[in-house]
Amino acid sequence: MSGLLQRLFGRMPIGWLQLTHRRGRFIAALAGVAFANVLVFVQLGIMNAMAAATLRPYDFFVADVMISAGDANALNEGGNVARQWMLQAFADPDVVAGMGLFVGTAPWDRGEKDISLNTLGVDPAQPRFLAPEIAADAALLKLQGAAILDRRARGLPREEAAAIRPQTPRSFETEGRTVTAMTTFAGGGGFGGDGYMIVSDQTFLSLFPARRSGAPDHILLQLRRGADATAVAARLRTLISDDSLRIRAYADAAQEDLRYQQTRRPTGIIFGFGVLIGVLVGLVIVYQVLSADVADHLREYATFKAMGYGPMFFAGVVVEEALVLGLLGFAPGLVFGAAILSLMGALTTLPLTMTPGMAVTVFLGTVLFSVLSGIVATRRLAAADPADLF
Amino acid sequence: MDGEIIVEARGLNHWFGAGEARKQALFDIDLALPRGGLTALIGPSGSGKTTVLTLIGCLRAVQDGSLRLMGHELRGAGEAELTALRRRLGFIFQSHNLHESLTARQNVMMGAQVRPGVPDDLASRAATRALGLVGLSDRADYLPANLSGGQKQRVAVARALVGAPALVLADEPTAALDRDSAGEVVDLLKRLGRRRATTTLLVTHDNRILDRADRILTLEDGRIVS
Repeated sequence: MSGLLQRLFGRMPIGWLQLTHRRGRFIAALAGVAFANVLVFVQLGIMNAMAAATLRPYDFFVADVMISAGDANALNEGGNVARQWMLQAFADPDVVAGMGLFVGTAPWDRGEKDISLNTLGVDPAQPRFLAPEIAADAALLKLQGAAILDRRARGLPREEAAAIRPQTPRSFETEGRTVTAMTTFAGGGGFGGDGYMIVSDQTFLSLFPARRSGAPDHILLQLRRGADATAVAARLRTLISDDSLRIRAYADAAQEDLRYQQTRRPTGIIFGFGVLIGVLVGLVIVYQVLSADVADHLREYATFKAMGYGPMFFAGVVVEEALVLGLLGFAPGLVFGAAILSLMGALTTLPLTMTPGMAVTVFLGTVLFSVLSGIVATRRLAAADPADLF
Repeated sequence: MDGEIIVEARGLNHWFGAGEARKQALFDIDLALPRGGLTALIGPSGSGKTTVLTLIGCLRAVQDGSLRLMGHELRGAGEAELTALRRRLGFIFQSHNLHESLTARQNVMMGAQVRPGVPDDLASRAATRALGLVGLSDRADYLPANLSGGQKQRVAVARALVGAPALVLADEPTAALDRDSAGEVVDLLKRLGRRRATTTLLVTHDNRILDRADRILTLEDGRIVS
């Protein structure tokens, strides 16, 4: 480290020597920076998990355009859409297929704890709208009461999920009806439910008798190959006579859902603040360490000032210290952050993982904010008046 | 070089404070220090010795009168010029002010590397040589905490002299030392100063070392009286 800093700054690594001179304090400072890193990693991990969990159900379907109610900010929010608009959409020459999508939440009473299943009702006669893994088993849904169950659902033992096959289905009660899981697919727990269940629209309507077949939650459309989904959505907005509807490219709908979760839902805002607090904690820790270090060495700095060292030299020393703290504090922060995310992921089945993007972002942020703290701390150097030495 | 004047003050006045609290510390100081030799600046506490030292050391702005250092007029000089001039001086402080995290050699290297462009290996060799001159070759890699008071002050002397300054300003360098160590340090300053034609201005209360000075200036109430 000493040699690296010497090459980097082109001088004796005074900052490094100063920091490592008092090892106990140095280790405590690194622990503080690592702690701030862990805070940021965990919050970022949760934010990323929220993003992944929000986008995950969109992956279950293959669609180009989605028609939703005006208040449908998310897949599982908002009012219904009249099926007649799907028929009207077919007037556009680029629209080749359409399917109503029903969304509800069904509890599976498992004795000690319910599993909350986000239930998606689809038309089993149109497997083209389903992701390949689900489409392969779509025919099974034609049986009344049949379901394809999320094998990653929180609270569902892995062995139990693995045993669910068409030859050995698993029946359970929900909403006063018997549902039979014929097979499974890879869904995953989210913030709004423990997992997913895909059923036919007919089974869905039997589970949720208040719902009507002519009013799904969303309408999914597929377009002619090569058609521009955004352009078609714009055309459909003029073609369909209900101005309150949200007609968007399917990919845009997913991203708008994500933005809604991140910026308008309390969870997203709280986790966003969590990241901010982590960054602030890191800033304060590094500033405190550097500021105390400058105060402790004020006499030495004043001596160097008297000898003729200029402000850039002192700024360099403090920035060097900030870099050392940022770089060395990051490594344990990364290790502990990854371990905590992995543990949380195992406990919650949320997709909580350390991604390379997160590691790079936090690394660059740590270095940047450490250097910023260092620059702020250099203001204390002004108190080092060499005339006071005499 | 004989006869070259390193420091020349003419009609130098200095005040501290402002308004009603303004107090004059120096009155019409005239002095000239030629190259080489050790000058002791003595006087009672509050007589203005330290003020003279800090003005010559470019650590305070000259308010009134003229003060020339190595041919440069300090009155009206900018911060950059004062900093550049300070790099050509050597400073020795009463409490040595060595950097606790740096070894003796590294502390002395800081004296050599204050001038831009001095590479580490050259600074290290110069520091080793300077430590040899003050008899501390075997302590080069010691931290200040592991050196005695006299040894620390000798490291400070090496740091002040390693850049071959034209002028060394020493503030009570022997105050914290026993008689033998004090004598050693002053002899060292004098011997090395003579070898390199370095001028040394030494502020002291220490009567034990006055017999070693080439010249003694006495300051009383802000005026040079002898």
